[in-house]
Amino acid sequence: MSKKRWVQGLVLVVLVALGFYAYQTRQVSHAGESITAVGSTALQPLVEAAGEQYTGEHLGTFINVQGGGTGTGLSQIQEGAVQIGNSDLFAAEQKGIRAKELVDHRVAVVGITPIVNKKVGVKDLSTHQLIQVFTGQVTNWRQVGGADLPIVLINRAQGSGTRATFEQFGLEKHRSKTSQEQDSSGMVRSIVATTPGAISYVAFSYVDKTVQDLSLNHVAPTEDNVTTNRWKVWSYEHLYTKGQPTGLTKAFIAYVQSPAVQNTLVRQLGYLSPNQMMVERNATGQITQTEGN
Amino acid sequence: MKTTEQLEAKLKRRSKAAKLEIWGRLISLTALMLIVAVVVAIIGFVASKGIATFTSNHVSLWDFLSGKSWNPGVNGANGKPEVGALPMIVGSFLITILSAIVATPFAIGTAVFMNEISPNKGAKILQPVTELLVGIPSVVYGFIGLSVVVPTTRAIFGGSGFGILSGTCVLFVMILPTVTSMSADALRAVPRYYREASLALGATQWQTIYKVVLRAATPGLMTAVVFGMARAFGEALAVQMVIGNAALMPNSLVSPSATLTSVLTTGIGNTVMGSLQNNALWSLALVLLFMSLVFNLIIRLIGRKGRLQ
Repeated sequence: MSKKRWVQGLVLVVLVALGFYAYQTRQVSHAGESITAVGSTALQPLVEAAGEQYTGEHLGTFINVQGGGTGTGLSQIQEGAVQIGNSDLFAAEQKGIRAKELVDHRVAVVGITPIVNKKVGVKDLSTHQLIQVFTGQVTNWRQVGGADLPIVLINRAQGSGTRATFEQFGLEKHRSKTSQEQDSSGMVRSIVATTPGAISYVAFSYVDKTVQDLSLNHVAPTEDNVTTNRWKVWSYEHLYTKGQPTGLTKAFIAYVQSPAVQNTLVRQLGYLSPNQMMVERNATGQITQTEGN
Repeated sequence: MKTTEQLEAKLKRRSKAAKLEIWGRLISLTALMLIVAVVVAIIGFVASKGIATFTSNHVSLWDFLSGKSWNPGVNGANGKPEVGALPMIVGSFLITILSAIVATPFAIGTAVFMNEISPNKGAKILQPVTELLVGIPSVVYGFIGLSVVVPTTRAIFGGSGFGILSGTCVLFVMILPTVTSMSADALRAVPRYYREASLALGATQWQTIYKVVLRAATPGLMTAVVFGMARAFGEALAVQMVIGNAALMPNSLVSPSATLTSVLTTGIGNTVMGSLQNNALWSLALVLLFMSLVFNLIIRLIGRKGRLQ
């Protein structure tokens, strides 16, 4: 009995000692460098892809990317719980955020277009008509030159960056009528594709053959028109940091903003690069001309 | 002399069994305390966040419960934020009650078949099937609802197909196994001599089931239904996928509506902790918590009444 105890005790002591030794001599050089980016689901694919490339090139670093929504991203970065907050909106536009504490890093531009079901038979609307449709003043497509179908509005969830951008620039700050809400662009597209009379709005990259995109005031939703601001419904994608970034955060943001990522990954994933833009827009929506390159 | 002392010491020392007893008691008490602490913490947290809408954002409770417009980011005509939760509360109750109404006959019918009419087949086929249904994750139900129920509703009734009707269909299938297995338990608890006495008096099997077994099992059956309702009320994901999430008063069964849970799941990622929008969602969570408490109380009451009979 007591001999067995002895052996057990000895084994335990040896194990603890070995574990301690292993802990002391572990590869410290590659450990510890890890940051977390949380927020916008619209920006998540880009940050994830860029994060994978970056960690592939810089062994031992780890970039953890999570969704959760723009609101989550901004509130987490404000509390300092994460290193990067992903947002579709300017921090100043989100209620409850002290924007002055946050530093904005613009990494992409997203164009947003209205989409309709193919049976609607409308390919162009004026801004005035679009506002009428979304505020419920017009309830049948016949009234704006389409088929005899009731209009079915599908919105993104309240607080979604896509919705905020669409209401501000597409509807000229009119608020959409309360209607059904979906919390992802993929879901919105499939509902619009299958529901006769449906209208909604998605980022350019979500438009495919199953739905019809609309031109506004005869301006087509193309990347070229976004760069000149002829197509007004677009927004920046932001990486926010609390104060100036340091260390890995700084290096990673610089990497995302570098031509290597801007000219390849950003375009491949359906975003525009801020470098392409010939105009610049600030948090209050004012436009200034820039040279572009 | 020495032997007596030794004997005394030996007798006074705690035996191994007694030590084990104390240990067991300690462990189970710790587990209990932990659970109680977690429950209290959750209730405290939800309540503190949910009440903040009324204390720090100065929304009146009546506006919250009776307002019909849900737009926490926007100030309404009276200058107060629009946080009318009535559409969601109505939506939640409507979908819960409707699915319970539809599910109850099916559940009780199945339970009667399993217990009274054909116990053999019941045990062999129906029992495993209902148990399997309980185990299917709610997201699967939601997905089936989205790709089967919604298009069907759309084809029959027009509109977008999203709405209370689709939600009811999905919830009906979801709560059916719960209600069925609990109803079966309730029927099984009816003593055998009730049936024997009834049959001996010359009643047919159907008369026995209808006039004796079901009557005797009523409290148990009601508990089963309320349990199903509690589950339907709290279900979030599957409902959110098919109901359309429009915070509007439902004006028909096929118009998009919202429930408390669906607004919570779509909205929580887009709000900032501590803001009014966020607090308003916590208030909805508080309503949900309160309602589950009410469901629990109802179940208790039914149980107590059943015992008295």
